[in-house]
Amino acid sequence: MSLFVDIRKKLGNFYLDVCIETKNDVLGLLGASGSGKSMTLKCIAGIEKPDEGKIILNGITLFDCAKRINLPPQKRKVGYLFQNYALFPNMNVRQNILCGMHGEKDKTTKEHTLAKILEMTQLQGFEKHRPHELSGGQQQRVALARILVGSPNLLMLDEPFSALDSQLRARLQIDMREMLKEFGKSVLMVTHDRTEAYRLCHQIALVDKGKILAQKSTKALFADPESREAALMTGCKNIMDAEKTGEYELFVPAWGIHLTTALPIRAGLTAVGIRAHYFNSRTNHNRYPVRCVEIIEEPFENIFQFRYEQQDENTPNIWWHVPKDRMPRAPYEVGIAPQNVLPLYG
Amino acid sequence: MDMFPLLNSLRVAALSSVIVFFLGIFAAFYVSKLNRIAKGIVDVLLTLPLVLPPTVIGYFLIITVGARRPIGMFLGEFGIRFVMTWYGGVLAAVVIAFPLMYRTARGAFESFDETLAYSGKTLGLSNSYIFWKIRMPYCRQGILAGLVLAFARALGEFGATVMLIGYTPGRTATISTTVYHLWRIGDDSGALRWVMINLCISAVVLLAVNMLERKNKRAVIR
Repeated sequence: MSLFVDIRKKLGNFYLDVCIETKNDVLGLLGASGSGKSMTLKCIAGIEKPDEGKIILNGITLFDCAKRINLPPQKRKVGYLFQNYALFPNMNVRQNILCGMHGEKDKTTKEHTLAKILEMTQLQGFEKHRPHELSGGQQQRVALARILVGSPNLLMLDEPFSALDSQLRARLQIDMREMLKEFGKSVLMVTHDRTEAYRLCHQIALVDKGKILAQKSTKALFADPESREAALMTGCKNIMDAEKTGEYELFVPAWGIHLTTALPIRAGLTAVGIRAHYFNSRTNHNRYPVRCVEIIEEPFENIFQFRYEQQDENTPNIWWHVPKDRMPRAPYEVGIAPQNVLPLYG
Repeated sequence: MDMFPLLNSLRVAALSSVIVFFLGIFAAFYVSKLNRIAKGIVDVLLTLPLVLPPTVIGYFLIITVGARRPIGMFLGEFGIRFVMTWYGGVLAAVVIAFPLMYRTARGAFESFDETLAYSGKTLGLSNSYIFWKIRMPYCRQGILAGLVLAFARALGEFGATVMLIGYTPGRTATISTTVYHLWRIGDDSGALRWVMINLCISAVVLLAVNMLERKNKRAVIR
């Protein structure tokens, strides 16, 4: 069970050049809108045709430009959950789900599968409802049920939670995680929400302007994003130019401080990244006196904006998200554990 | 009273509506997928009959399918004659009513959410299933409106019809040509009778449309 994608496609000024690979995992495509994530899914589904390249799913070639293979979407066995769920408005829940197994001719098998999926997605009693009579979460479950009854070899989710309100979102993400575990085959998920990606994906591929910046396991990516873009896309708030000064030491001229790292620093270091959650007033590592500029109160934490004493005036304030019970006291001194100093290259 | 004009009008309008329905839908479907420039050009050509005077269309039809014209002669070989026959009336009505069906259907198709078709394809549904069971029901309102407009236009067709098939009582007479003929020979009461019949048909058609729409709405609410 594996997916291999290596495709290129030109769209006006936009050039999509994507190479990803996954084995029985949940792979997240994380990137800003317009970065080519959805286009990649469309190419895999066969809705769009790449200019060149290859798409291979479980050893079956779905697309190969050189061999002139281009299976129609109907033959690819790829489940595609659209952002708006794309339920057929003229059909009720039952008819919508039956559309997913129109290839099955045996009536009793059909009814059996239908009953099973309705139970799994907790949609019993809604068979006769039309899509517009359902809540966003129910619509999503109908769309998933409709896909799963066709037992696809790959499941693709396009921003699956963007149409839902934030309260529902977190709960459905947990439900979805269970569902994906049960599905047990390769899953591709497109998202611009890094929390969502972190919750659901084993691996993450960062997409920026049609290119894959990096593909790594989720934890490794957040722990060591390696590049400026990757640090930004994983939500790193404080990024500044830096110079290598030792095997485990770097200097940040604009902040006027030296920092020690846990990761060995390679040649070619250009910047350092420090996540807003990772400052600490109790650690003695990388500890320097700072000047508080502003404290912004949020529901469960405060944003403590500060500057180092020697900090260049033309650089932005540094952000620190502090839990309310951990607020530092003046005179302020802030430290950073070495494993939280992210060396960035390129 | 000779009821031939009523029967003839109805069969001409019904037959041409059926033809226009399919022609219009397929033209609309394919044009809505064209790129912008090609769409502009094809659109002008297909909509032209709507803005040209019907007599001009009639003229074009005569010089195309007339008995001594190449196409007319070719069709004559198979015994098909459009001049002075009732199915010539169908041809005229089709050409005149086509743009109404085509334009309304195209508007409906362009408002279709294409992701529905995409999701249908990834679910393994055939293209014809998607077209007839998903796209058509989604665009039902617009298509129905186009069909009604086309039927009404075909029923009332006069200019092109009279040029191509003239007025022969019992053979090519339609309601509209009969009204004109009776009025011209001074039979005002005869003309009025046919006017009233025409009014009744139009009212019935509009009533049917309204009832259909209400039924659709109820189906959605349920």
